[in-house]
Amino acid sequence: MSTQQVVSPLPGTFYRRPSPESPPFKEDGDAVAVGDVIGLVEVMKNFQEVVAEVAGSAIRFVIEDSDAIMAGQLIAEIDP
Amino acid sequence: MSISSVFIANRGEIAVRINHACRKLGLRTVQAASAADLDSLAARLADAVVEVGPPPAAKSYLDVERMVAAAREAGCDAVHPGYGFLAENADFADAVVAAGMRFIGPSGDAIRLLGDKVAAREVAARAGVPVVPGSDGRIDDVARATALAAEIGFPVMIKAAAGGGGRGIRIAHDASEFARFFPQASGEARAAFGDGGLYVEKVIERARHVEVQILGDGERFVHCYERECSLQRRRQKVWEEAPAFELDQTVRQALCDSAVALAASVGYRGAGTVEYLYDAASREFYFIEVNTRIQVEHPVTEMITGVDLVEQMIRIAGGEPLALGQDDVRIHGHAIECRINAEDPARNFMPGPGTIETLSVPQGAHVRFDSLLYEGYTVPPFYDSLLGKLIVHGADRADCLDKLRHALDGLEVVGVPTTVPLHRALAVDADVRQGRIDTRFLEPWLEQHFKPSNSTPGAAS
Repeated sequence: MSTQQVVSPLPGTFYRRPSPESPPFKEDGDAVAVGDVIGLVEVMKNFQEVVAEVAGSAIRFVIEDSDAIMAGQLIAEIDP
Repeated sequence: MSISSVFIANRGEIAVRINHACRKLGLRTVQAASAADLDSLAARLADAVVEVGPPPAAKSYLDVERMVAAAREAGCDAVHPGYGFLAENADFADAVVAAGMRFIGPSGDAIRLLGDKVAAREVAARAGVPVVPGSDGRIDDVARATALAAEIGFPVMIKAAAGGGGRGIRIAHDASEFARFFPQASGEARAAFGDGGLYVEKVIERARHVEVQILGDGERFVHCYERECSLQRRRQKVWEEAPAFELDQTVRQALCDSAVALAASVGYRGAGTVEYLYDAASREFYFIEVNTRIQVEHPVTEMITGVDLVEQMIRIAGGEPLALGQDDVRIHGHAIECRINAEDPARNFMPGPGTIETLSVPQGAHVRFDSLLYEGYTVPPFYDSLLGKLIVHGADRADCLDKLRHALDGLEVVGVPTTVPLHRALAVDADVRQGRIDTRFLEPWLEQHFKPSNSTPGAAS
């Protein structure tokens, strides 16, 4: 299987952690299971979870915590 | 006035509103804009625009150093903070002044004092403003707590002193419940916060939210009467009115006088709002908090009094003495404001940014529409969902509701979901028209009229 891409379902602000004081949902290199929360997208103060739809041995984020994001923009890649 | 150029440290409809007030006073405006707001209506209206960072507010509108530096570099001599963002950030107010500019609002010290819930309650109590009867701090002894609860009168709320988020809260309806709940609440508070300390407060069961608009120049203080903001969803105001309905004249006088007494006791400078819970059954009101900024719902007060609150706060910050005496402020008729949010009431208020394809705004002497909208504008996803406010004035409340219904029919926003259908349904609702509402009215009403499964939202009313 090839590397899978995770894209944002919505435009907004992307967060890698549940709150500013918390550790990230996933670090670069972490394994990922189907259904794992990998981040949040804030749309007009409304928070939507971004959930992994595939499992993988390692995740690699391509955007930073609290970056602006467009719908369809790449968030992370997951290695099989 | 010692102000000639105003930096608008906010965005959205309030930035537009501040721009208009400055224009009226002949002041130059410089609009702060994140990278996502360079094409906003406020940015188009201002004399100059300064980009203050990337779209997320934490990196732009909430960045104190950056905002102060931008205001200075733009050559402004005053900063208007609007509401939200840095409006009630005491350090921001101090930093603006330290940089040699006027902060259009109270002093950092006043913001700090009144922004602290416990300190503000003490200020209110000292000024003779009724506060919700309670233990005034933590109470750990069950016997003393039980005696106090009986004295306050049931039901009472038992809250964790260290608390927040509803953890450890119990409502006791009589002494036996109280004796049972007090140790439970203490245990839960200890588990949640590592501190079993509790405090006890009277429950105001059918409370309405009323608030008094105040203005002060540090020496003279007036009120501009009250607003009724009981229609709330998740503690967010949805629809506001002025004046409060069916408020006895003696109650109104006592309420408004208490807000002025509070303002005077701290030498308040600027526009502010004292919020209260009002128990219509007992005709008692209780202090909640002070907001040291202009509020979203300020237009309803402007509509009934004719006082331009944003202009007043700029004049006060500019060093002018308050030109209004209390006798100059009178209530004329009734006003209602509907908050138009980019949210779909039929889909559990899911927000929806997007591009405005069509915008039709109702016209008329009794109608005002404060908004950030223009046709072709793309509402960004990064900020709150408030698009604007429809404000209608009538000879009395019934007339105002009739005019509101027509105004809502004439408001068309195509391209994003809006809360207009909610307001259309509220404007014809029998309970709303009769004024049979309190702060717990709207959520169950929404369950009934705007359930996500309901295929024809609002049709039931």
